[in-house]
Amino acid sequence: MSATQTDQRAADWLQRKTFWNWSEADQAELDAWLGAAPENRIAYWRQSAIWARTERLAALAPAQREMREPRIEQKPRWPNILRAVAAVAVLAVLGGVSAHVALQPRYQTYSTTIGGGETITLADGTLIQLNTDTALRTRFDAKHREVILDKGEAFFQVTHDKTRPFTVLAAGHRVVDLGTKFSVRNNVTKMEVALIEGMARIETVSGKNQKSAVLKPGDIAIASAEDLKLTRKSQEKISRELGWRRGVLVFDNTTLADAAKEFNRYNRSRLVIADAATAAITIVGTFQANDVDAFADLAQFMLHLKVQKRGQETLISR
Amino acid sequence: MVGTSNSGRPQDGPQQSGIAMNQPEVEAWFVREVLPLEAMLMQYLRHNWRDQSDIEDLRQEVYIRVCQAAARERPHPAKAFVFTTARNLLIDRARREHVVPIEAVSDVDMLGIAADAPGPDRSVIARDELRKLQTALDQLPPRCREVLILGRVEGLTGRQIAQRLGLAETTVSEHLAKGMHALTDILLRDSIDPKRRI
Repeated sequence: MSATQTDQRAADWLQRKTFWNWSEADQAELDAWLGAAPENRIAYWRQSAIWARTERLAALAPAQREMREPRIEQKPRWPNILRAVAAVAVLAVLGGVSAHVALQPRYQTYSTTIGGGETITLADGTLIQLNTDTALRTRFDAKHREVILDKGEAFFQVTHDKTRPFTVLAAGHRVVDLGTKFSVRNNVTKMEVALIEGMARIETVSGKNQKSAVLKPGDIAIASAEDLKLTRKSQEKISRELGWRRGVLVFDNTTLADAAKEFNRYNRSRLVIADAATAAITIVGTFQANDVDAFADLAQFMLHLKVQKRGQETLISR
Repeated sequence: MVGTSNSGRPQDGPQQSGIAMNQPEVEAWFVREVLPLEAMLMQYLRHNWRDQSDIEDLRQEVYIRVCQAAARERPHPAKAFVFTTARNLLIDRARREHVVPIEAVSDVDMLGIAADAPGPDRSVIARDELRKLQTALDQLPPRCREVLILGRVEGLTGRQIAQRLGLAETTVSEHLAKGMHALTDILLRDSIDPKRRI
């Protein structure tokens, strides 16, 4: 058997053991193969060692993955309504307290904590996915569908309704949907909109110079108090940046500084890059957004950097 | 056999510690000290052996020899030992096959490996390696890549992958093995800065 064939056999054993049902009989068979010749054993060591290394790199393949649509969750709305109705009935019986206001809040509030994420489906079928540390309010009535993104970032997949425009407000700007998928990030002073599908209009709400622009797929709008900038990104890049929707951060030639910043959005523990030279190293890879350790391991074992943990802080340096 | 040669050349390099290693220790030593040299070893073998179709087998033989030697006595440093073994193997082979090796195979120093010469900037390698990984995946046939990603990134089992993609389980199995084999070669071998090549 040639060395290449032996390597192929080793890879086959490893995939069998890793991905399929593995019985004691299988293990015995593998052991017999490993014991049969030193080259078998060595080929298997080699294969497993490298395979193990790919694990911590988590993920290898960012952009190749299709962006999966979030599952539309059917929220059990009825039980809540029934409970509310029951509450009203009880209150009515108990003394005619007006529960009317409590039952119909002007705004419904949704929020996530750091590292959190949530998908909500509104009554009209519109889907909103909230990223880490995000808060928004929705207000729906006969004429309007309005979302106020108070902080953070959210992805919207809007069910179009001519009679009720869907608007998102953030940082003093407004996006009016014309039947689309888009994401909005409230960067405190700036509103960032990435349009994935369909069409939308972005317009300033406040300020002297009223501005507006129509967005097409691939358009990125960055709106600050003074300025409304439009740029374009490839679909691939946009879908990479929306990696958070599946719980991952995708880096492609991203500096450690930016990568750390991204991680810090999702985690209570802080990644700190000690010096400028280290901060400038660029990386490629996909990580679970909450797996700071995987990132620290990468820094330590692949980039050969120093990693020190001090309480909630992880310091990365040369 | 290992670490010795009847070539009549002086034995240089490796000192042996006299400490025998058990199998798990040999494995750990091999993974830690020998595997990282694979790119360099392949380069050395390719430069010094005419028939390129022998290279994988030669590499395998070097690994067998160094592991067997390590089981008896742990060699220090591993690098010098691996390349001395490779050199001796090439000389033995050349004699047996009555061929003359392309270059002076004894000149291990030429590669800057006998000494503890620093390799290319490690962060460059690491960065390259991540990119290589991505490139490696890109090079795989689409199905192969898809299967590997579903398994490694999404954590699906073989059966789940087969169901998700509507493929026969044996097909998934083959793709997985092929992908893992290819990734290992690429990760171990393509991390040398080409500018440093001799």
